[in-house]
Amino acid sequence: MTNINIIKGKAWVFGDNINTDIIIPFRFKSRTNDPYELAKYAMYGYDPDFHKKISKNDIIIAGRNFGGGSSREQAPVALKYAGISAIIAESFARIFYRNAFTIGLPAFEIPEIKGKVDQKEELKIDVTTYTVENTRTKETFLARKVPEFMQKMLLEGGLVEYYNKYKKFPWIQR
Amino acid sequence: MQNMTSASLQRQQQHQSQDTSHAKTILNDNSLTIAEKLISIKNVETKSVSMPGDIVIVSVDLAMAQDSTGPLAIRSFTEMGINKLYDPSKVLLVIDHTFPAADEKVANLHAMMRDFVSKHNCLLVEGSISHQYILEYLAVPGMMILGADSHTCQAGCLSAFATGIGSTETAAVWATGQLWLKVPDTIKINLSGIFGKGVFARDLILDYIGKVGEDGANYKALEWKFSNENIRKEFTMDSRACISNASMECGAKISVFPNDEVTTKYLEENARTNNDLKSIKIQAGASAKYEDEFEIECNKIEPKVSGPDNIDNVHSVEELSNMEIDQAFIGSSTNGRIEDLEIAARILKGRKVHKNTRCIVTPASVKVYEDAIKRGYVETYLQSGAVFTNATCGACVGTHLGALGENEICLSSSSRNFVGRMGALSSKVYLASPATVTASAIEGKIADPRKYF
Ligand code: SF4
Repeated sequence: MTNINIIKGKAWVFGDNINTDIIIPFRFKSRTNDPYELAKYAMYGYDPDFHKKISKNDIIIAGRNFGGGSSREQAPVALKYAGISAIIAESFARIFYRNAFTIGLPAFEIPEIKGKVDQKEELKIDVTTYTVENTRTKETFLARKVPEFMQKMLLEGGLVEYYNKYKKFPWIQR
Repeated sequence: MQNMTSASLQRQQQHQSQDTSHAKTILNDNSLTIAEKLISIKNVETKSVSMPGDIVIVSVDLAMAQDSTGPLAIRSFTEMGINKLYDPSKVLLVIDHTFPAADEKVANLHAMMRDFVSKHNCLLVEGSISHQYILEYLAVPGMMILGADSHTCQAGCLSAFATGIGSTETAAVWATGQLWLKVPDTIKINLSGIFGKGVFARDLILDYIGKVGEDGANYKALEWKFSNENIRKEFTMDSRACISNASMECGAKISVFPNDEVTTKYLEENARTNNDLKSIKIQAGASAKYEDEFEIECNKIEPKVSGPDNIDNVHSVEELSNMEIDQAFIGSSTNGRIEDLEIAARILKGRKVHKNTRCIVTPASVKVYEDAIKRGYVETYLQSGAVFTNATCGACVGTHLGALGENEICLSSSSRNFVGRMGALSSKVYLASPATVTASAIEGKIADPRKYF
C-alpha cells in the first residue's frame, strides 16, 4: 500500500459543478470493471486526453459541488488510477464525497481555497492533519474534518483495504 | 424458526415489541421532521431520537445495485472475502441501464450479475428501471432503502428514507444490512395552487432547482407539504415520483412526501411483493424545525426548459422556443411513467413527428410498457412516426437506443443534461416535461405545450 499521509503534487484548477458525467461518461464506465481501463477516461468530458497530460500525484482543485450527479464510484476510481492523488474543492456533492473516502482518494473540503491556487502550482497535503500548503505562496489551509472512522478508512487506502485488515467495517466500533 | 428455543423466541418477541413501541414514540414526536423520524426508527445503535448532524448506523430494508454499479459492488464484496448476504430477500440487483446488452462488454457484466444472483439467491429484475420497479412492487412508507444509484431517492414519494450510495458501500450493506448515515437538515416546501393546463410536476421541480442551484439541497432532506386536500389529490403518485427523483439534481439526500390518501390508494392498487414489511403512517411533527422553508404557488409555474450542460440553467419555454431539435426523448425514471406516456400519446394523436426530428418513447418499466400497449398509446406513437422502445435507461445515459452524434440537440424528459450525457461531447441536452418534449417533437423545435391542451 502506498503511503498517502503526505502528498506533493501539482494542481489542476477547475471551476464549479464538475459533475460525474464530466469525470467519466456512462458509456465508458459501464463497460468495464478494470480501474486502469476506467482511468483512460478520467475527466473525458473536460478533455479526452486528460489522462495523458497528468503526472502521478497531481492534485485537482475545484470550486463548488465537485462530483455532482451520479453515484458512480467509478468517478473517483478513474481519477485515482489516472494518477490523481487528492481532490480539494470548495464543496463536494454528497455521494462523490463518500465514494472518495471509500476508495481511498483524499477529498478535502476547503471553501477558502477559491482563487488561491494557480494552474500547475505545487501543493503539499498532510492527510493526517487536514492541512494543505501552497508551496509557492506558503499559504496554508485547513480542510473540514471528517469523523474519525472515515479518516482511518482513508489512511488504510479505502473500505476494502480497511475491512481486509481489521475484518470489520470502520463505522462499527464494537 | 423451527429450531428456535422458546426462550430465544420470547426474547425476539420482546425485542420486536420494544422496537414497535420505540417507533410509535418517534412517530408521535411533534418536534421531528419526516426525515428525522424515518432515520430515528431505523437507528440500530441507540433507541433515542436522531437529530441533524448526528452520525447514526441504520438498518437497511433494501440494498439495490444496477448494471453499471452492481459489477463493482460484486467485485468489492468478493475482494473483502465475504460470502454471505445479510438477507437475500433484501438485496436487489437490477439490469436496467443498458438492457438488453448493447454489446459484448455489457453482456459480460450482466452475466456476472446473474451469476451472483444465482449463487446468493437474491432478487433480480431485468428490463425495468430500478426506481420504478421499487415504487411499483417493493417500497412502503418507513422503509430504509439504499441503492447504488443516485436517483434511489425517488422512493421518497412513498415516504421511504431512500438515498444513493456508492458500489463498495453497497457491498458493505449486503454483508451486514447496516450503514452509517448523517442525519440531514430538512428544507420544507409548501405547495399551494393548482397547475395551469400544460404545466406539470417536472416544470415545478425544474423551476425550484433553477432557483436554489445544483447544490441547493446538497446533504439536505426535502420535505413536501400540501396546503390543502385538493392540491394533495392533484399530486398523483406519478408526479410525486417525478419530484422525488429529480430532487437529486439539487443534491438532496432524500425528498419525501407525507403518507396520505394518495399513498394509501397507490398501495392498495399496487400490491407489494415483499409483504412482511409493515407500512407506517408518517407525518411531520407540528413543531418540527426546518433549516429553510419555501412556498411554491403551482398556479404561477410555467413550462420550463433546463439546459444545456447544467440543470440549474433554467429558462422559460419562450426563451428557447424556435431552437431546432434533432431528437425528442420521452422516458427515464424521472418522466417515463404511464401518466407521462399518456400525455405524449394525447399530444401525438392524429399528428406527425416533424421530419427533421427523431422522437423516442421509452417506458420506465415492464408494467408501464404493458399499460401503454393496453391503452393503445403504442399504436398512436407508431402512427405519428415515433419510436417505442423497451423499458431501459438507454438514451438517458447515451448507452444505446438514442445516443447523440456531434453537435446534435436533444430535448428530453430524462434526468440530466450534463456535457456528453447522451453521446458526443459537442451534443447538447435540454430538459423539459413530457408535454413540452412531445409538442417540440411535432414542431421540430422547442415549443410551448400549452396550445395542445
Ligand atoms: S433513467 Fe436515467 S436517471 Fe433514471 S436510473 Fe436510468 S440512468 Fe438514472
